[in-house]
Amino acid sequence: MARAVSTKQKSINTAIAGTLGFLMFFPILWILILSFKTEEDAIRAPLEVLFSSGWTLDSFGAVQARSDYFKHFSNSVIISVGSTVLGLLIAIPAAWSMAFVPSRHTKNILMWMLSTKMLPPVGVLVPIYLIFRDTGLLDSRTGLTIVLTLMNLPIIVWMLYTYFKEIPGEILEAARMDGASLREEVLYVLTPMAIPGMASTMLLNIILAWNEAFWTLNLTAAKAAPLTAFIASYSSPEGLFYAKLSAASIMAIAPILIMGWFSQKQLVRGLTFGAVK
Amino acid sequence: MNLRKTFASATAMSLIMSAGAFAEEITIATVNNADMIVMQELAPQWEEATGNTINWVVLEENVLRQRTTQDISTNGGSFDIMFIGAYETPIWGANGWLEPLNDFGDDADYDLNDIFQLVRNGLSDSEGNLYALPLYSETSFTYYRTDVFEDKGIAVPEGQPTYEEFAAMAAAAHDPENGIFGTCQRGKAGWGENMAFVGPLVNAFGGRWFDMDWQPQLDSEEWNNAITYYVDLVSNYGPPGASLNGHNENRALFKDGKCATWVDATSAATDVKNPDTSTVADVTDFFKAPKQVTDKGTGWFWSWALAIPASSQSKDTAKDFLKWATSKEYFELVGETKGWVAVPSGTRQSVEADPRRLEAAPFASTIVDAILSVDPADPTLEPVPYTGVQFVAIPEFQGIGNYVGQQISAALAGQQSVEEALANSQTFAVREMTKAGYIK
Repeated sequence: MARAVSTKQKSINTAIAGTLGFLMFFPILWILILSFKTEEDAIRAPLEVLFSSGWTLDSFGAVQARSDYFKHFSNSVIISVGSTVLGLLIAIPAAWSMAFVPSRHTKNILMWMLSTKMLPPVGVLVPIYLIFRDTGLLDSRTGLTIVLTLMNLPIIVWMLYTYFKEIPGEILEAARMDGASLREEVLYVLTPMAIPGMASTMLLNIILAWNEAFWTLNLTAAKAAPLTAFIASYSSPEGLFYAKLSAASIMAIAPILIMGWFSQKQLVRGLTFGAVK
Repeated sequence: MNLRKTFASATAMSLIMSAGAFAEEITIATVNNADMIVMQELAPQWEEATGNTINWVVLEENVLRQRTTQDISTNGGSFDIMFIGAYETPIWGANGWLEPLNDFGDDADYDLNDIFQLVRNGLSDSEGNLYALPLYSETSFTYYRTDVFEDKGIAVPEGQPTYEEFAAMAAAAHDPENGIFGTCQRGKAGWGENMAFVGPLVNAFGGRWFDMDWQPQLDSEEWNNAITYYVDLVSNYGPPGASLNGHNENRALFKDGKCATWVDATSAATDVKNPDTSTVADVTDFFKAPKQVTDKGTGWFWSWALAIPASSQSKDTAKDFLKWATSKEYFELVGETKGWVAVPSGTRQSVEADPRRLEAAPFASTIVDAILSVDPADPTLEPVPYTGVQFVAIPEFQGIGNYVGQQISAALAGQQSVEEALANSQTFAVREMTKAGYIK
């Protein structure tokens, strides 16, 4: 029986949730406000920033004039989407085999895959840098796509494995008894049932790849640099460029925020519900 | 007619193709500061004149340092020109990682001797090989508020004050109820942050990083006196949370009228004295960074310069750009297009003596005097085996300096005593120097 919640309690819960939500969103809101200020206004006390200074688009104009935003944007799109698609192509068969035809080593393999995420990336930076140098992959979108695929692969496999595990094996068995081949079984039976899970995995992976800053800063120079490098170019130890840095940050996070906004239902559903619920 | 047209077209095509074959693309790694932003804005003129193109990779200073170190030490070849400092240049040059630039001395048009000798020395190895060409150089001096000094009846020092006198000025000026702190100094941990102020302070108190046998001296009485003074000064007369403030935070505070004094980089003077970007432009003046038991090494020395990594595949084009970007003509171009106040400071004698520069930036001669009074080869009261004022020009210093910076920042934040901070620093420095083979 559902527990009765009083109106007062509901209001308190709503207020707490609203406050927490606002606190979490506040840094982004402040960056947004600063991006519409001049450099001089951006360093004033917070109340002065809000109430006694004007609004301007100058910082966005200056950022666009100095940096090629669209080059960085297209690099971000190619790298994040490319690494996600490549990751899914590898992870779907891997997760399928682990979920439906497990061996006695499956659990260990899953744990080993996860353990690779526990290694600090800087620990393998020099070997990977040298491999990239020798194979001509430094500052290339192909190289970054490969690295980000490998970095996020354990998460993709784990997420898909969890969704696949919730799909009753009997449904797949029934398909096989009806004469479905392995390809048909995966494509026409498994995939439609796992679509919410695959969609949320895909969205999460795109977000992770989009925001990845360690490898994208260390393995690129000018040609393959994505939006993370674009933001980093406005950070300065000598001189105050808070307004331009804020404008660059907003320009970099806007596409992924918009994508997240429109797909939040699918994302939350995929992350909180199982495949067949 | 058709034959003539065909011949003309073929000639044009071959000219275009040959121009394309010679034109090169170079990649420059740099920081995001005012002088480099100006260079990026003016560089298309060099691109148009030569047909070459530039890819700019702009990074935050610490990221740039890590990224360029990684690339140059692995012979990665990602960059053709790197914007590096006076600390890295001699070390990287001695390792053979940078292209020597001695041949610029033979170019009469370039006039290498016009660049201050001190700056050239700071960018050369111990054998005198030049590895980078400077864009601007800086030392530290004291910014002070003329209006606050006048209101509080504080006498402006005639020459170089002592740190004791400086503390008295900060105490007299300290008026937090009216939003004025006696002094703003760097507290954020890092060898390029708080240690840039602490290094010259320790020199002034007669301290040194190492003795002639490379034994660390961080637990000496001189270090203790200096750090105790620093913690007391900033705790009593500084803004709250000073242990988190670096150059940028203090610059913002000073420009916003919150600080009566600030000992920091001369390169910030242009910004602080600019009425468009500062609320205290008309009421700021300067005097030398204070001394104490000695006046040696009391102002730091730093130079940002352009260097060519040995791994570059386009060395000739990179040299051509380097020549353009540090030439007299470039400084003239900056003066004419961006104003003479915006010309990079402390590099060329002819620029600093130019009447147009002196008229636009009356404080320029103070900066040059301060820079020329520094001697990185003789920075301390007692003899030392190293060069560098606020740093020690050995590869191990980066790690040691960062660790000591963290310890001192923690002492400033009240998380540990000065004695604990220095004892930890000494232990760490001894371990690192032993590991590196300096101490047997």
